[in-house]
Amino acid sequence: MATLADFRAEKPNWCPGCGDFTVLAALQKAAANVGLEPEDMVTVSGVGCSGKISQYMGSYGFHSLHGRSIPVATAVKLANKELTVIAAGGDGDGYGIGLGHFIHAVRRNIDITYIVMDNHIYGLTTGQTSPTSDKGTKTKTAPGGSTDEPIHPLQMAIMAGAGFVAQGYSGNLKQLTELIEKAIAHKGFSLINVYSPCVTFNKVNTYDFYKEHLIDIDADESYDRTNKFAALSKIEETEELLTGVIYHNTERLPYHEAQHAFPEVPIAKNDLNITREQWEKMAVQFK
Amino acid sequence: MSKDLGWKVGGAQGEGIDSTQEIFALSLFRLGYYVSTYRHFMSLIKGGHTNGKVRVTSDLSGHHGDDLHILLAFDQETINHNFHELVDGAVLVYDSAIKNVEIPQSDKVNIVPVPITEIAKEAGSTIMKNMVAMGVTAAMIGLQPEDFKSVVVDRFGGKGGDIVENNMNAMRKGYDYYKSNFSHSFELPVRPELRPERLFISGNEAVSLGAIAAGCRLLAQYPITPATEVMYQIIKQFPKVGGTVVQAEDEIAAVMMAIGANYTGVRSMTATSGPGISLMMEALGLAGISETPLVIVDVMRAGPSTGLPTKTEQSDALTLMYGSHGEIPRIVLTPRNVEEAFFFTMAAFNLAEKYQTPVFVATDLYMGMNKQTVASIDFDKFVIDRGNMATDEYLATLEKGQFKRFDVEAENGISLRSIPGQKNGRFVAMGNESDEVGVEMEEPELRVKQMDKRAKKLANFDDIAGATYVGAENAELVLVDFGSVAGVQREVYEALAAEGVSVGHLSFARLLPFPTAEIAGYIKNAKKVLVTELNSIGQLRMQLEQFVGEHGKYESYLKYSGDPFLVEEIYAKAKEVADSIKKEVAL
Repeated sequence: MATLADFRAEKPNWCPGCGDFTVLAALQKAAANVGLEPEDMVTVSGVGCSGKISQYMGSYGFHSLHGRSIPVATAVKLANKELTVIAAGGDGDGYGIGLGHFIHAVRRNIDITYIVMDNHIYGLTTGQTSPTSDKGTKTKTAPGGSTDEPIHPLQMAIMAGAGFVAQGYSGNLKQLTELIEKAIAHKGFSLINVYSPCVTFNKVNTYDFYKEHLIDIDADESYDRTNKFAALSKIEETEELLTGVIYHNTERLPYHEAQHAFPEVPIAKNDLNITREQWEKMAVQFK
Repeated sequence: MSKDLGWKVGGAQGEGIDSTQEIFALSLFRLGYYVSTYRHFMSLIKGGHTNGKVRVTSDLSGHHGDDLHILLAFDQETINHNFHELVDGAVLVYDSAIKNVEIPQSDKVNIVPVPITEIAKEAGSTIMKNMVAMGVTAAMIGLQPEDFKSVVVDRFGGKGGDIVENNMNAMRKGYDYYKSNFSHSFELPVRPELRPERLFISGNEAVSLGAIAAGCRLLAQYPITPATEVMYQIIKQFPKVGGTVVQAEDEIAAVMMAIGANYTGVRSMTATSGPGISLMMEALGLAGISETPLVIVDVMRAGPSTGLPTKTEQSDALTLMYGSHGEIPRIVLTPRNVEEAFFFTMAAFNLAEKYQTPVFVATDLYMGMNKQTVASIDFDKFVIDRGNMATDEYLATLEKGQFKRFDVEAENGISLRSIPGQKNGRFVAMGNESDEVGVEMEEPELRVKQMDKRAKKLANFDDIAGATYVGAENAELVLVDFGSVAGVQREVYEALAAEGVSVGHLSFARLLPFPTAEIAGYIKNAKKVLVTELNSIGQLRMQLEQFVGEHGKYESYLKYSGDPFLVEEIYAKAKEVADSIKKEVAL
């Protein structure tokens, strides 16, 4: 069986203190804990600081285009449903340029785990407003403060039909590892939004800020995470400053099980050749 | 040229014009004739003018023909738009239900009013107007209503009740009406031998079957005219072989899914038209740099932007050859007929995996949406070659992290490819420039090595003939085209050759790698080269000037109205160029 070391690849070159180190560590630990082999896992990322995670993770990887990790991850899963597929990226990647793909993957209920390293800023391009930047945030591109309503990814995912919606925090490796393990186990689309502070360009949404404000709802035994309305109220109530499994519903079948006539055998293992008989069956409609 | 018959039906969109055309064409096909069709339609669901042409011949043909012998008009607009195409001795049949009908003055055309709507009503329903028209047609061309019955049964047999009989009855009534009131008749061409291997199929359908025969098992596509039929056809056929179709949220997602599936070892493609091609340009570069196989079918339509969504053009050539920022190796195939649309699509999957790079199959609306007789698609010619895949045995000899997916020392630049699930085959497919195992880097020397490695892959490409030449050795006039224009231009070549003109026909089957060595001799030996293409700037001619030189020899014949070429218009231009050569010689 694979060990934690098997999931390590390149040494990361993120800024010292970057929240993404914790996300990588949690992903590596979760993969080892649930008993995956590196070859049976694919990590697909977009572009940005967080997008580099596919190079650092010891699984197969695909460092794709800005905003496009989800369609690649979707196809990897459909091509070989036996693989464990992670899509990962930042808030700019997933909620800005890639927002459309995110919502549509949720609608389809593709069985992948989507980890968004949300730092409320564009880091790799040295500090511009992001889709989750709080109103009033001053950046190089919004010197007077952002006036746009931030994207609310947790609510959006729930409303679009996601069965597993969680939020983690880079200051809590243990919880984040557990969240990833649960997300991998969930059959269908899982979102884990992770507050992953940018220590270089975001001086507002810092470790100290989160330490002070985050509420851990995993510790709340009275919370009914299977109730959509309870989940939405909880998110509103806490102004999105919560961690844990926020919503979990296993009623929907994942796409590859729900889809009419989806092949039983993983498609990647199919014989490519068609028989003469199959060919004749196809050609007959043109006679 | 064989004697042929041109037949056309027209009316308002939504009036069953397509199905009338289909019933006529398929019936004649089943009798053994070769048929070529052309559908004129608009980007509307109901109300616009639409018409369907069928050309019936004794031999294989790649064009729907200029001549029209029979025009069936369900409305006034059909007469207005198409009357001028009728040849000497032709017949216009119109529905006498058309109010205040206006027919142009002509001594050449026979005018036949038939109460089509009324007869259909008598037979049970005005819906059966097309059957009445079919009966009239049968009476004119020496066939019996029974000759159309097998198609009527296929079409309506499943609907139960007396539907088949009612339709046949309407057809017989149309037949009888014509026989009792008119006598104009047309001889069909010589009926060829019935050959069961022939297919009556469109370019879009052929592309779909070619993909499936090549092992494509995941299609990701966004609906777009004129490529949507690829999706329909594959959805219909996949249950027979096991595959899945994803209707993506946009063309960017569609192409990224095709890339993701190919990366995972599943042959996959996307099909689209101009607007989708534009959206796919960034992903094209990703497939190139990450060396992921990718097949994209472009059913070209008239651009730019939304352009003319239901009209044909060949204006994407430059985009396919040069589009996307940065530089990647790529292959651009341009099938010239429906049979090639099948085999080139099949080849595209082999080439994409052999060279680990994107491959375009560029057809166009004209070829994509119109059916024609294909002599045969031979099962014994089906080949699948997956290229340089890393075996499990080879990977087992490596230590963790040793597999060089992007090995710069690989022969011809083509390195081993592993797929997820293979132990020790781990790598990262990269949009960034990377080292040999797939870690991003910016070392100048290694960057150059990786660029050169990728460029080298196609340096000795000789997998598919780049062009076909027919004609006189050292022909003075060479007619050049790519894609579906070859069909119509071949007829021009044949006419000129029959007149004794020193002429050749050079048609391109691929644009990249550009087949310079194969074709340069024909250009160099010619006095004049006429490049005929459906775009406004002469995109193929620009390539000839760039790759072959010989500036000053080229003449362009361009059309960008949205309609396909007619034989006569190319002929007139070619004749003019041929005459100018004669004059120069005389001087």
